[in-house]
Amino acid sequence: MLETLMWPLRPPQNWWVAYATIVGVVFMALQLSAAVMVYFERKVSAWMQQRYGPWLVGPMGLLQPIADIVKLFFKEELQPKAADKLLFSLAPIISVATCFIAFAPVPFGATTTLFGWLDEPIALQVADLNVGVLVVFAVASIGVYGIVLAGWASNSKYALLGGLRSSAQMISYELAYGMALATIVLLAGSMSFREIVDAQAGYYFGLVPRWNVFVMFPFGLIAFLLFFTAGVAETNRAPFDFPEAEQELVAGYHTEYSSMRFAMFFMAEYINMVTVSAVAVNLFLGGWHGPFLSPSYGWIWFLIKLAVLLFIYLWLRWTLPRVRYDQLMSLGWKVLLPVATVNLLIVAAGVIAFDL
Amino acid sequence: MVPISYYLILSGLLFAIGTAGVFLRRNVITLLLSVEVMLNAVNLSFVAFGRQFGTVDGQIITFFVMTVAAAEAAVGLAIVIALFRHRESLSPEAFTNLKW
Amino acid sequence: MTFDLLLFYLFAAITVGGSLLVVAQRNPIYSVVSIVAAFCGLSGLYVLLEAPFVAVVQIIIYAGAILVLFLFTVMLLNATREDGAEWDRSHPYYRPGPTRVGGVLAVVLLGQLAWAISRMTGLSAGVGEAAPAASSVRLLGRVLFTDYMFAFEVTSILIIAGMVGAVVLAGKKGN
Repeated sequence: MLETLMWPLRPPQNWWVAYATIVGVVFMALQLSAAVMVYFERKVSAWMQQRYGPWLVGPMGLLQPIADIVKLFFKEELQPKAADKLLFSLAPIISVATCFIAFAPVPFGATTTLFGWLDEPIALQVADLNVGVLVVFAVASIGVYGIVLAGWASNSKYALLGGLRSSAQMISYELAYGMALATIVLLAGSMSFREIVDAQAGYYFGLVPRWNVFVMFPFGLIAFLLFFTAGVAETNRAPFDFPEAEQELVAGYHTEYSSMRFAMFFMAEYINMVTVSAVAVNLFLGGWHGPFLSPSYGWIWFLIKLAVLLFIYLWLRWTLPRVRYDQLMSLGWKVLLPVATVNLLIVAAGVIAFDL
Repeated sequence: MVPISYYLILSGLLFAIGTAGVFLRRNVITLLLSVEVMLNAVNLSFVAFGRQFGTVDGQIITFFVMTVAAAEAAVGLAIVIALFRHRESLSPEAFTNLKW
Repeated sequence: MTFDLLLFYLFAAITVGGSLLVVAQRNPIYSVVSIVAAFCGLSGLYVLLEAPFVAVVQIIIYAGAILVLFLFTVMLLNATREDGAEWDRSHPYYRPGPTRVGGVLAVVLLGQLAWAISRMTGLSAGVGEAAPAASSVRLLGRVLFTDYMFAFEVTSILIIAGMVGAVVLAGKKGN
């Protein structure tokens, strides 16, 4: 029925229409997800603290993100006098650009014709790269520059300390992140997202899905926990948000930013959260495979799993106390990295022994 | 189709730019950055030739060059920090005690 | 002008432009940001040469790790304020002699490279038309761990030596 409704709105079927459509869909979806996350963060944190969240603006406070965006538009755009003008403007651009680029190789569904908008089915993925997993990792490495340049360009001691601490934390946790990724690449035998997800179709004994969390139990689960912990630390979210904690460093690297530049950092943080969760869903939780639905509606399962992981993100923030910076660094280097290495070795031995 | 001579000319040009940086700049950090530019020019040349002959040896050697560059950059910067602590200057002219 | 050639010119322009800015910038932080851009251009060139793994590894290792190290060092040493010896003529460490000799040497090198390249023959065929591309990651891994096994092991020792050296040299004295 939706196909017949869409029929009069179909575009001319040139070769670039499919690409433009998928890029536009992903771009808009990521920005909407940032707005949705803003709302849900405040609501969920409020419910956990036994109070109402935003409830004045619109029904149940649903228009609160719009109010936030409008406020950020109209704020005055300040810049410290001694700030490095070029880098001050460049840093939020790098943050936002890398967070969008990082989502490009991530698929969120099987092939679909978008309810009859297109003639031929397209894959729900902006770019199907054969080294897709590494590209997400590489672009996250570039994202460090946005933060460290923001800290430096603000020419303020809180910003500089926050920026340096934050970027040191990010590059330290990239190691455990990369080792967990290497474990999955080893299990799946490919670095392309689509092949990794397709290797997770089916069930063991008809009951347990063949997701990578359940493969070689408990080592797949350890890899998932490592990946998720490193992802939380990568995105500078609690309990690892020491560099941007209000009590410690005013606001860390984005202290001196206001209005649209701050909005860009804000949006970049939420979109990075969504990207890390999406990559975790694809690599560990079976992507868009799920019971009861036909494969072309797999994106519904993807969204459900993504919502669960994002809820866990919010849950962690408002339940766990903040980890002190030196404890954070020693956790990254002395706990996560050895565990990740040993896990990788055991999984490698298992892959050879059981011929996976 | 891009001829391989274009890649080699580009590699030579990058190498020349890096060498000019090493010769002309009197700041040790920019010096090390110019050395990195030179190493990358060589990497490009390796990969281009590897592709020309259809082997992966070019790419493998690139990994080793990258690894050596990483180790060299790390130790080089550590030396720069140690020197800076000594003389409070980032110019190579400050460390000419052994010149006659 | 095929699409390949257009992309080559685009990435080559980014790379050469970034490298020139590295050498010509006064502020070391701008140098590091320019070299990041140059390496991203270089990564694009690797993708054009059908080496996607090398392209991604270039970004991860060079732009994501080594240059972040450079950036931290520049920030730690406050190098933007320490450039008097290079540009201030009254600074005791300002010495124009090496720069002038260096300039002459750089021009000589450029002349030599131009001469060598002008004598190249038989290189106007498209890159890779003689042999098919052979660059899956699986093949890379197989060749790395069989033919280049010794170099791989020695490189790991090199990295450990580099790590220990960096920590010892830059660590606090008397600790």
